Amino acid sequence: MTDTATPATGGIGDAPVRKEDAKLVTGQTTWTDNIAFPGMTYMAVLRSPMAHAKINSVDVSAALEQPGVLAAFSGADLADEWAGPLPCAWPVTPDMVHPDHWPIAKDEARYVGDAVAVVVARDRFAAADALEHIAVDYEPLDAVVDMEAAIADGAALVHGDHGTNTTYTWPFSNGDVDEAFNGAHKVVTRRFINQRLIPNAIEPRAVVVAPIAAANEFTMYTATQVPHILRLMLALTTGVPESKLRVIAPDVGGGFGSKLNVYAEELMALVLAKRLGRPIKWTETRSEGYQTTIHGRDQIQDVEAAFDEDGRLRGLRVKLLADMGAYLQLVTPGIPILGALMYPAIYKMDAYDFSCTGVFTNKTPTDAYRGAGRPEATYAIERTMDEAAVELGMDPMDLRRRNWITHEEFPFTTIAGMTYDSGNYEAATDKAMELFDYDGMRAEQQRRREAGDRYQLGIGISTYTEACGIAPSRVLGSLDYGAGGWEHATVRMLPSGKVEVVTGLSPHGQGHETTFSQIVADTLGVPFEDVEILHGDTKVAPQGLDTYGSRSLAVGGIAIYKATQRMLDKLKTAAAHMLEASPDDLEFSGGQFSVQGSPDTAMALGNVVLGVFAAHDLPDGYEPTLSAEFTFDPENFSFPHGTHLCAVEVDTETGMPQITKYVAVDDVGNVINPQIVDGQVHGGLAQGIAQALYEEAVYDDAGNLTTGSIVDYYVPGAPDLPEYTTDRTVTPATSNPLGVKGVGEAGTIASTPAVVNAVLDAVRHLGVTDLDMPCSPERVWRALQEGSASRDQVAAQAQGGQHA
Amino acid sequence: MIPAAFDYTRVGSVDEAVQALGQHGEDAKVLAGGHSLIPLLRLRLAFPSVLVDVGRVDEMRGVRDDGDHLVIGAATTHDEVMHDDLVRQHCPVISDVVSQVGDPQVRHRGTFGGGIAHGDPAGDLPALALALDATFVIAGSGGRRDVAASDFFVDYLQTVLGAEDVLVEIKVPKLGSDWGHNYQKFNRVAQAWAIVGSLALVRRSDGSIDEARIGLTHMGSVPLRASATEQALAGASTDVIADACDQAAEGTSPPEDLNARADYRQHLARVLTRRAVEHALGG
Amino acid sequence: MPRISVTVDGVTYEDDVEPRLLLVYYLRERLGLTGTNVGCDTSNCGACTVLFNGRSAKSCTILAAQADGAEVTTIQGLARNGEWHPLQKAFNAEHGLQCGYCTPGMIMASVDLLEHNDDPTDEEVRHGLEGNLCRCTGYQNIVKAVRAAAGEVREGATS
Repeated sequence: MTDTATPATGGIGDAPVRKEDAKLVTGQTTWTDNIAFPGMTYMAVLRSPMAHAKINSVDVSAALEQPGVLAAFSGADLADEWAGPLPCAWPVTPDMVHPDHWPIAKDEARYVGDAVAVVVARDRFAAADALEHIAVDYEPLDAVVDMEAAIADGAALVHGDHGTNTTYTWPFSNGDVDEAFNGAHKVVTRRFINQRLIPNAIEPRAVVVAPIAAANEFTMYTATQVPHILRLMLALTTGVPESKLRVIAPDVGGGFGSKLNVYAEELMALVLAKRLGRPIKWTETRSEGYQTTIHGRDQIQDVEAAFDEDGRLRGLRVKLLADMGAYLQLVTPGIPILGALMYPAIYKMDAYDFSCTGVFTNKTPTDAYRGAGRPEATYAIERTMDEAAVELGMDPMDLRRRNWITHEEFPFTTIAGMTYDSGNYEAATDKAMELFDYDGMRAEQQRRREAGDRYQLGIGISTYTEACGIAPSRVLGSLDYGAGGWEHATVRMLPSGKVEVVTGLSPHGQGHETTFSQIVADTLGVPFEDVEILHGDTKVAPQGLDTYGSRSLAVGGIAIYKATQRMLDKLKTAAAHMLEASPDDLEFSGGQFSVQGSPDTAMALGNVVLGVFAAHDLPDGYEPTLSAEFTFDPENFSFPHGTHLCAVEVDTETGMPQITKYVAVDDVGNVINPQIVDGQVHGGLAQGIAQALYEEAVYDDAGNLTTGSIVDYYVPGAPDLPEYTTDRTVTPATSNPLGVKGVGEAGTIASTPAVVNAVLDAVRHLGVTDLDMPCSPERVWRALQEGSASRDQVAAQAQGGQHA
Repeated sequence: MIPAAFDYTRVGSVDEAVQALGQHGEDAKVLAGGHSLIPLLRLRLAFPSVLVDVGRVDEMRGVRDDGDHLVIGAATTHDEVMHDDLVRQHCPVISDVVSQVGDPQVRHRGTFGGGIAHGDPAGDLPALALALDATFVIAGSGGRRDVAASDFFVDYLQTVLGAEDVLVEIKVPKLGSDWGHNYQKFNRVAQAWAIVGSLALVRRSDGSIDEARIGLTHMGSVPLRASATEQALAGASTDVIADACDQAAEGTSPPEDLNARADYRQHLARVLTRRAVEHALGG
Repeated sequence: MPRISVTVDGVTYEDDVEPRLLLVYYLRERLGLTGTNVGCDTSNCGACTVLFNGRSAKSCTILAAQADGAEVTTIQGLARNGEWHPLQKAFNAEHGLQCGYCTPGMIMASVDLLEHNDDPTDEEVRHGLEGNLCRCTGYQNIVKAVRAAAGEVREGATS
């Protein structure tokens, strides 16, 4: 941090109200669906109602005769428009099976929702009506829905010409795993199902393309997290030169990974705007999005953990099946790999063995959803630690303490080869246990157990860490990812003393404009209000890698910080000249340069800026620029961590679980804006809790999405979620100059196992040994029935034994 | 999100409504608050050619005192019913159940009659009407007729309402202050339809139960009464509540879905009915 | 085509509308009032909430034809003489929004809530907003914002 005086509000560590909010609370926002151009047309997509079918023919002629319909095409009609299929940028193995994925299916539909035809009409109504006039002759093919069935011999094939439903197997191993397990006192073996989720950003996806067709130039407005990645991919898939494409992410209403993609509708809108020479808009409906916007999670996790008698963790084996869905979207195959190196989590061990098999099924493709691979990993290891504590007869927190990396041991390289730069698991845990009144809650739990209370109490723990701030480009390269992980920033001083900052990030709710203004205001000693953050438009911010993976502050924020310092250094040289001093003798504080030892010889930053702008009297060879750039490529991920404690009351008559207390103590390093950080944690918790208790995308055997709308897929509302107690410990990251770590995904990663551990803890003494997510009341109730049946059986056997 | 095209006509009286329906037959649908119908139209799950808007028919709105009954206009919004003084005074159970329908916005526009006429066994109002022994006043081409709640619900989303019928008003008996009530609505998130609901109306005297009426939500293709439980409770002491409520699921064949298989629904019906009866008795 | 006369944010409009036109699309596409958002197709999310004759309502579940004679207030008509409504200020001050897409509906539902209960408990706020879904905030700061605004509304009423 700089030695400038922190402004009263708006500097690092303050919580000025967000700059973003004025338009949002008054309804003056520019969502993609709000954008209109003269001559706007509307696109609608006809989708396969079958999970797997041969498309014998598509007849659009009747649709074309409908009033107001400009065009209608089948996949075959547009086959020549594509320069390449939809991209997958993460071939995780050299031999990964990677079938072509065309924006509109040509001859076979492979999931319910796969596009089979597209229409363009003068308005939404005509477009929707026209779809009813397209005739498609489908020949049903066997659908494969279940992952284990998909890899069994003789399974129907999602992509028949590839001969397999397995897309890849990705292994990792370190240490002598056989030795770790052979010598173990106890091996804990569990299978966890990380169910499929639907991200549900509240703004549906939308895209508008405004063409200047004659010049082959196009501007695309789209509800995306990744305008820069998208522009490159549009060029590669449509053949429109990248230089002729401008992609704008206007105000974007949430993403959570679901808008980190290159979608078929974006490509369709572009090629149709090109063909028709008219602006085109497409907006998904929520239920349509349930079929076509990527899903998250969907893994089967087989975990084995070997322990010594005293609870020391010797080794870990993890075997994953990961459901890709029908196609590989932008980073589909890489999602489980993002978690692969985090199963060892905060624990020390001798050996670790991992493998993941990616599987095709006739379902909507999966891809990044908040946490992307790391929530799955954290769920598996934190659930395993609770299960192991039961088997070893230890307190679950004591077992964790026995195994975690202590604060003196950082930096620490884990068995998975990740080097954690800093952390203090003891401090976060102590604080959480105190806030939670852990001992008091355990006593209350005991009381209820003894009383046979109808409402049993459970306590769940999650001592998580995660790897975020994507990412060191070299590491991404070693994992075969198709791009780097740097981020770019430009800082411009305006002659009037205001500051414009250009970032390659693309926010969609995170509050970047506020947080980054604080960093710049703090560094330059200018008012917070004088800093403007520009983003989300490839013409305004030509370089960038966008927003995902909790990378914004720890990568993009550092780029801004470094560019601001570079700006200051340039101005310092000019200031020294103006003050007739040596740059080495100059100090910068409170927004002005002064000569060390003679504070009266000083010049305000604004005057230096004006001097450079005028350029009348600058040092020889001084370039009269008022901008500075920096591209930051981190040397490591950032590793936020924390301890989450959850209390759940289970109604043992109905099985209904209810969270009664939730304490989250997170360590996200130094904090720029505590209010925004708390907000990120709250929202993350809500989504993690939702996975534990409410949400699941369910398909029937034929591949229909049973939870096909927000009526049946339970996004929790305000009455369904608890009040959270949040606090922090601060162990600065050593991998960046601000000591910051990512925070966007931490709450989601941490909370799911805390909740499920709590539900199980409430009913384990009643014979319940396992529960799948979401822990619905029916599931809990059935487990209680089975639990009491098995207890009766055990009791009967014990009695029988006595008689024998 | 875009309904298929239809015509729209707003009527000023019940007679006009019946006439309009008669003119268009099967293809016409009555629109009041629209909170059951418009969602179906938006998803293109219904394709009426004409909507007959009865939302402003005065005689279908409001609550009036009719001696030993209250008469609730079918197009009265949930919110109006919930806050109506007559309802609160003479039949507070209605206020209580209606306050659990949908969400505030839905209650501001959705109507009491609409919530019943839709005939959804997962809705809260059909079981309420059944437990109250309500009477439905239906206008059709042959004039007006009264239909008892027990005869009104035919099957899933099907009632005795014909294509040319309009549900005009609902008559409910005033309940004396010796009646207690409680509705146990069981769902996974606040917005969701009931997985099971149990409504208990209990009249008590001198430590025993004179009469109990139990309405069950989402326990079959139509709303149901827990008759065995009602009989076991009638004239009985409060000691028998648990045993009586164990019979709450008798004769039901509840639907199966992602939230509950049939045996779980039956279990819930028993537990929720016991809780509802206990609460209704002030327990 | 039905002809309607409807007052939106204080301005009266007369228009012929297709019967199937939903009020939310009338507001957004005919009147250009894009402050009111569409977030779902099943009347669940509440993003489209407006005041309809003074009460909160989901404008996706009302036909424009049904709005004949109605008075509608959207998020864009909430500020008075350029001064934000206490709820707009409180959502800003308490960080009751992140992406902001649910916010117009959330605020309009809260306006109705506070008009009928100017001192709600946390639980009353949570239940009062059960018709509105937010995916960003986990609701905690929304509850805080509504309660903070309630304080300002009460002060405003007594001063």
